[in-house]
Amino acid sequence: MPRVAIDVLLKHEILDPQGRAVERALPGLGYADVTDVRVGKHLELDIDAEGEELSARVEKMCADFLTNPVIEAYRWRVITADERADA
Amino acid sequence: MRIGVITFPGSLDDADARRAVELCGGDGVALWHADRDLKGVDGVILPGGFSWGDYLRCGAVSQHAPIMDAVRDFAVDGGPVLGICNGFQILCEAGLLPGALLRNAGLRFVCRPAEIVVEQESAWTRGIRPGTRLTVPLKNGEGRYYADAATLDRLEAEGQVVFRYAPGSNVNGSERDIAGVRNEAGNVVGLMPHPEHAVDDLLWGGRDGRAIFTSLTAPTSVPS
Repeated sequence: MPRVAIDVLLKHEILDPQGRAVERALPGLGYADVTDVRVGKHLELDIDAEGEELSARVEKMCADFLTNPVIEAYRWRVITADERADA
Repeated sequence: MRIGVITFPGSLDDADARRAVELCGGDGVALWHADRDLKGVDGVILPGGFSWGDYLRCGAVSQHAPIMDAVRDFAVDGGPVLGICNGFQILCEAGLLPGALLRNAGLRFVCRPAEIVVEQESAWTRGIRPGTRLTVPLKNGEGRYYADAATLDRLEAEGQVVFRYAPGSNVNGSERDIAGVRNEAGNVVGLMPHPEHAVDDLLWGGRDGRAIFTSLTAPTSVPS
């Protein structure tokens, strides 16, 4: 069954205070020259569908529930077993 | 006047909202998220709290609760709907109100009195003269009102900004100091501060919140 990974971030024009807090913490920890930090969500799920049907179902799920189009942008892709973030 | 208060799993302020309705002369009716009808109430309140643990996004799960279909129909028919804090978040997620609520700009959960200015008429501010200042408790971690600039301009132009934080009270970083908005028709209203916690002299906070509930339970003419 295909596994889908979905990455969600606040739209770029929206202030992400979490990202900003992380960005400000980095230099003090010795990690210099890091800018534009954004903190978001990574979702993974198995879905019993393929091709066009898979695309349509993932897009609908993202639009209806998994993301809020008013504030968030997302990208998704089908991943292999060794691309799992929790592998 | 029977006013229903919906309890979602994780709602906290449902009992307070019902009590506020009762103190203001109405009948508070308990409604359950998994039910599908509104028991013939004259108004609906979505209370504060952390429904479904705020999982995924605040209000994201609750907006799909079975009772929300009835709330949508009720709202479309012009029925008065009020969302307080988490209830406001749910109404935004449901698309019944414009915009969204984001993590406070300062990242901290804020709990303090807020001074808000009533700017516009709505079903829930009927008895309040525009310009009136109310002091009510504010308690949220994700109360930063956001909508894109075009939407904000439209809300201002159409008179849909019902409540605005007075100077010094916008502690969550809301766009244009917006504390609460209404839909175009004016029957659906949402706000982050908690009027239901400011209805009793015995508790801190005074009773400024009563004006919101009496707008429905005992509407009086606006003093000129």
